[in-house]
Amino acid sequence: MDQFLQLTVAGLGTGMIYALAAVGFVVIYKASDVINFAQGDLLLFGTYLIFFFLVQIGLPWTAGVLLTMLVAAAIGLAVERTVLRPLIGEPIISMIMVTIGLSSVLRAVVHGIWGPQPRTFPPFLPEGQVMLGSAVVSADRLVAIPLALALLGGLALFFRRTRSGIAMRAIADDQQAALSMGISIPRVFATAWALAAVTAAIGGIMLGNIVGVTPNVAQIGLRVFPVVILGGLDSIRGAVVGGAIIGLLEFYAGGYIGHGLNLIVPYVVLIVVLMVRPYGLFGREIIERV
Amino acid sequence: MESGVFHTDYRTDIGLRRVPAERVRLGLFMGALLVFPFLASPYWLNLANQIAIATIGALGLNILVGYTGQVSLGQGAFMAVGAYTSALLTLRLGLPWGVSIVAACFATAAVGVFFGLPSLRLKGLYLAISTLAAQEIVEWVVTHWTALTGGVEAVVVPAPRLFGQRLNTDFGFYWLGIILAGGTALFTANLFRSRIGRSFVAVRDQDIAASVIGVNVFGTKLLAFATSSFFVGLAGALTAYYRNIISWERFTFETSILYLAMIIVGGLGTIRGSLFGAALITLLPAMIGTVGRELQGSAPAVAALLPSVQQAVFGIVIILFLVFEPEGLSKLWRNVKDYFYVWPFAYRRGEGR
Repeated sequence: MDQFLQLTVAGLGTGMIYALAAVGFVVIYKASDVINFAQGDLLLFGTYLIFFFLVQIGLPWTAGVLLTMLVAAAIGLAVERTVLRPLIGEPIISMIMVTIGLSSVLRAVVHGIWGPQPRTFPPFLPEGQVMLGSAVVSADRLVAIPLALALLGGLALFFRRTRSGIAMRAIADDQQAALSMGISIPRVFATAWALAAVTAAIGGIMLGNIVGVTPNVAQIGLRVFPVVILGGLDSIRGAVVGGAIIGLLEFYAGGYIGHGLNLIVPYVVLIVVLMVRPYGLFGREIIERV
Repeated sequence: MESGVFHTDYRTDIGLRRVPAERVRLGLFMGALLVFPFLASPYWLNLANQIAIATIGALGLNILVGYTGQVSLGQGAFMAVGAYTSALLTLRLGLPWGVSIVAACFATAAVGVFFGLPSLRLKGLYLAISTLAAQEIVEWVVTHWTALTGGVEAVVVPAPRLFGQRLNTDFGFYWLGIILAGGTALFTANLFRSRIGRSFVAVRDQDIAASVIGVNVFGTKLLAFATSSFFVGLAGALTAYYRNIISWERFTFETSILYLAMIIVGGLGTIRGSLFGAALITLLPAMIGTVGRELQGSAPAVAALLPSVQQAVFGIVIILFLVFEPEGLSKLWRNVKDYFYVWPFAYRRGEGR
């Protein structure tokens, strides 16, 4: 039972970070049908930016977080304008490869500036262990869960209540109808990238707290795929639920069975979902079928 | 003045080499290949061997991605299957290297068909993601089935021999490499002059139309997966024999990306492009590395940045090609040829050979 509780908290904590990465991914896919292989590298950038502002410049952490989000948004906008916009309407292989190229460049920049060695920064999530009943769980993961949920809730509000959020949903629904209502598609694509970069940066900040500032943070980029396929590629709710399920599955598989099974379970789930229900738990059922 | 190439019968029109200039160029290229190993330093010979292996792998991937339109992110996994099958057959069962390479090709083709099965229900993006899962699953099997593969430990492969000569020297392997690469190119060229190859292209261009004119779409896709994986497995097996030592790190998702970059940069669905792309993507980091070693003495700080520069240049090259020349190096080559065809007169539009 104790082990179950520990694994659950750890799994949910990790799952929520997956969800933060996945939400950015979903936002981009929803708006512009682009599969973003650079999502993990945006996360990596966030982690190193906050390290830069907190440790190398020495700002207080509120200012650091705000600046990180600002710079991330700028990167998102720049990327959309220079790389993605010329490729609107190109085949899938081009879209996949251009974001892979992007991921390579982003990783190289982080590597070039900060080097390969792991770094640490003063954590602002609470440290140490918390007793939950008789189970010992790490406090940072416990705090990460409500924090991420609050952020994701805020994002949901953005899509429901704000002008640009509604514009984004309109474009995802029907581009031509949205155009005729006077919505600027390039602007919405740009907003989507900025938003994705910001959520990734927040995920990166939390990840930097939990696993430390290392180049390995980028590996989460590939973990996002099982999450979004399970939840549904175009569903934000799906990203949250999918993130939680994949995070839990990983930790249960690793904790109860072992053998490095946690590395592979997400991908087995991915294949099963693709074969049985390719649009995922909450995705729209319009997908490319043979 | 010539205004183009016009054939008067079908036999010459679908011929492999359609104009005399092509035969002359091919002859010159083959002549250069024959002299090259006697003049080149071991460093260049090593690079040439890497290009030969990469060309085979890129041709294999191009059959699937470029000609049939099925995006695969599992190239690294398929190469791993080829490499480990051939190495383990020689190591554990003592099979001669030639036999084990052929067996590895067929084994990889079988694995390719297995991971091609989702194409029954999925296409496009979703199929690409399912091949990503294939990559991760194969990688996991290789690193965790320790009894069979040795896990994360490297596997040492016995040296291949022919007529008592070791074949895994730079000089010996060169001949094996160019013969197999040439054979693969010839096979691919002929494949797409045949009914089967044309059905691959039909599935890529319009799968519904293809099924209407009587192409079995699913069967064709599986055949494309099999044919493609066969050559990818060959590339993997050759890697094992050339390197003498294999480990899983050589066949990760990064490898898949590397090969996709080759066919994008070279040109999707062209044979020439597979060679160009393989050469460029192999030579680029090597050249940057050479520059770096030059700088080691004078500017060590710059030399330390080298891995980052290599990675950044790799990404930038992909992006630039996609944005400015999506048809890749083979299109650039065609432009150059077109230009000189009627030089010094005006630019000639239309097909250039």
